[in-house]
Amino acid sequence: MTAEVAGSEHLLEVRGVSKGFPGVRALHEMHLTLRHGEVLALVGENGAGKSTLMKLLSGIYTADAGEFWLAGRPLSVSGPKDALEQGISIIHQEFNLMPHLTVAQNIFIGREPRVAGFLSDREQNRRAAELLDRLGLPLKPRQVVGNLTVARQQMVEIAKALSYDARVLIMDEPTAALNDAEVSTLHDLIRRFRSPETGVIYISHRMDELKAISDRVTVIRDGEYVDTVDTRATSMPEVISLMVGRTLTSEARPQGVRADRETVLEVEGLCTKDLLKDVGFDLRKGEILGFAGLMGAGRTEVARALVGADKMSAGTVRLRGRQVRIHNPAEAARHRIGYLSEDRKNLGLLLEQDVASNIAISSVAERFTTFGFVDFKAMRERAKEMVRTLGIKTPSVQQTTKNLSGGNQQKVVIAKWLVKDCDILIFDEPTRGIDVGAKEEIYRLLNDLAEQGKSIVMISSELPEVLRMSHRIVVMTEGRVSGVLDSDEATQESVMHLATLRPDENLRDAAELGLVDESVLASAVPGAGDDRKDPDQ
Amino acid sequence: MTTLDATTGQAAPSGWAAGLKDRLQQLLAFASLIVIFGFFSVASSSFFTYGNVTNILFSTVVIGTLALGTTFVIITGGIDLSIGTGMALCAVMSGVFITNMGIAVPLGVLLTLLFGGLIGLVNGFNVSVLRLPPFIATLAMMLVAQGLALVISHSAPIYFTKDPGYVKISTGSIFGVNFPNAVLVLLVAVVVSVVLLNKTILGRYTYSIGSNEEATALSGINVRRWKIVIYTLAGLFIGLAGVMISARLGSAQPATGMGYELQAIAAVVIGGTSLAGGKGSVVGTVIGALIISVLNNGLQIMSIPQEWQNVVLGLVILVAVYADMIRKKEA
Repeated sequence: MTAEVAGSEHLLEVRGVSKGFPGVRALHEMHLTLRHGEVLALVGENGAGKSTLMKLLSGIYTADAGEFWLAGRPLSVSGPKDALEQGISIIHQEFNLMPHLTVAQNIFIGREPRVAGFLSDREQNRRAAELLDRLGLPLKPRQVVGNLTVARQQMVEIAKALSYDARVLIMDEPTAALNDAEVSTLHDLIRRFRSPETGVIYISHRMDELKAISDRVTVIRDGEYVDTVDTRATSMPEVISLMVGRTLTSEARPQGVRADRETVLEVEGLCTKDLLKDVGFDLRKGEILGFAGLMGAGRTEVARALVGADKMSAGTVRLRGRQVRIHNPAEAARHRIGYLSEDRKNLGLLLEQDVASNIAISSVAERFTTFGFVDFKAMRERAKEMVRTLGIKTPSVQQTTKNLSGGNQQKVVIAKWLVKDCDILIFDEPTRGIDVGAKEEIYRLLNDLAEQGKSIVMISSELPEVLRMSHRIVVMTEGRVSGVLDSDEATQESVMHLATLRPDENLRDAAELGLVDESVLASAVPGAGDDRKDPDQ
Repeated sequence: MTTLDATTGQAAPSGWAAGLKDRLQQLLAFASLIVIFGFFSVASSSFFTYGNVTNILFSTVVIGTLALGTTFVIITGGIDLSIGTGMALCAVMSGVFITNMGIAVPLGVLLTLLFGGLIGLVNGFNVSVLRLPPFIATLAMMLVAQGLALVISHSAPIYFTKDPGYVKISTGSIFGVNFPNAVLVLLVAVVVSVVLLNKTILGRYTYSIGSNEEATALSGINVRRWKIVIYTLAGLFIGLAGVMISARLGSAQPATGMGYELQAIAAVVIGGTSLAGGKGSVVGTVIGALIISVLNNGLQIMSIPQEWQNVVLGLVILVAVYADMIRKKEA
């Protein structure tokens, strides 16, 4: 009897769940409770373990330890379809829709209504109309999903999720692509869905939204449960300090770069069609310029636009004092700008080819070729030299690159740009997928390169990494620069503040000045000033 | 055997261990060639004779030449369907240059090669600037070339009766002995291809593009331009094949050509070049082309009807590609 009462109090319970991957502890003894009829916000930094938790709940992964309970019953999920049938609907940040099919076809995919064994469009459209009507969604069953706006596509996802009689609705950053009006429509929908039998887990970084929609906030960090607080009784600085709470590594932080250093790269008013708006920053010689921000803030897009991999719709780039237009990565390489992609395996390396070929690929034409003939011996010699200086662990330069560890693969990519003589290096997540020991080596290498006078842009989602390595930090949010911080004024809190704000007018002004000072920050975010008083951070 | 050893030294895109695995398919193809060859030698006394072996080599020339150019395209991850009818169009152009316009044979041959290059250039432009899928771009070119060959020739063969020297390009023998020049031409084409693919920047980028086109572009290589170069190179081989087939027949036959592209692609695939790109070798392609010729020739000698030859060829492709997939799974 008591068990049932406890069960009915908690709609969903996560008890002591752990999940590890080779070399990574994604979740450790995680727990979480979702009460009947509540909206629970789940927050944490990039990589805190939110998506792992979702994948466990949808049966894509299996937990190493721990258990899940749904309405007082143990829950075991064998896959996404099973999760749906048991009443758990997850709306991922990336939509799972078929753009060429209609709204109704998308909603009923995999369980199409049949009449006498044949698909019945009429029945399907009728049921879809009924559902859309019940949910009050402004959609028509026969509309082709690909023609809808992002916000409406998301409504299709929601309709699909709710058509399974969901009891638990989990939404991952549902408002990332929505404007204010669309956000409030979404919130209305969530409020209408909420009932004594249901509950919502709402993953978001936008503090203003958490205030608006959630009853409680659960904070997780580094795969572990931190705390759960009542939304009404908390403040944004409190939530942020719970999110970033870990202590910094004791490593000495770099001093702010001297202002008398020459500026090698100046970017102004950079825009792209999809995301970036008026991005500006400058990079000095021998500087490591960190780029911080949440997933989707537009950091990678800045790098890609800069090297011409994506098209700039507006903006100017001055390189070593001269204005340039870079149309493709080949031109960027000629200007001695090297881009090291976050997706090393797909965009950085020729995995099936050997180490020497990878190191030489960018420079083979100018350095190892006479009259079109490749001097393989010189190429391998140069590669061996790089293997020695960067300490790449490989049995030989003729080793196939896919057999190297992540850290050594990263060094191969670095070697490629050093052989090309690049003096501006753009690192996108330089230590992603690299184990702890090798990370230290990459950090040392970055410091050495900066000391040798290379200018480095370092995009990273790991805050401690950005803080430890950068002379200055550019913080981005939603396609804009929300602030630039010197290393001595940057803290986890100040960076997180800038990264989680919706860019309102104040901040946009500040971004144009290239700096957000504390008074602006405090006026934009109630409580931000208090936070700054904390002397430890 | 010497040819194979020569390439094992040259097929150097990968390290030793991986290289050995890569070569396994080539060895496998080579072993099957030997087995098939041995089988026919035992089955028919007229198979393993100087005359017949020369005959096999001679009949490999056209498919072999086409397959060489296509090897480059396929290693980039592309495909070229226009090589068969493109060859017929080049043959017709050769007739136009030499017979109709009376241009001297050497210059006429050069112009024909360049015309083939033009076909490839257009393919390359369509694939890399207009970004059409290679299958579509070259399918369109296949039809265009077929039609143009008929239009230009008024659907009638053009004979090279005025220029007996032209026919000698294929059937003459500069060594005096009974060894056709066509085979020498193929040999030179093979050597040039091996050098291009393994020793030059062009070959390096051919492998890189097929291995990972986007990473290659982000490494600062002008992928678009190099793809145009590679398709144009394949076009030069189309031109060469056009010369070789019309020299052999003593006439340009505008209605031939269709079907050669599939045989050439089959040769490339049997030779272990992956349609997904990034991997392949010239020697593999040569072995693939030889397997096709040996099969056709042997089955003919054993009086097995023409229709069955294609059945056997189809099965050989299935087995060859399946063996390649098994090998990759194990690797």
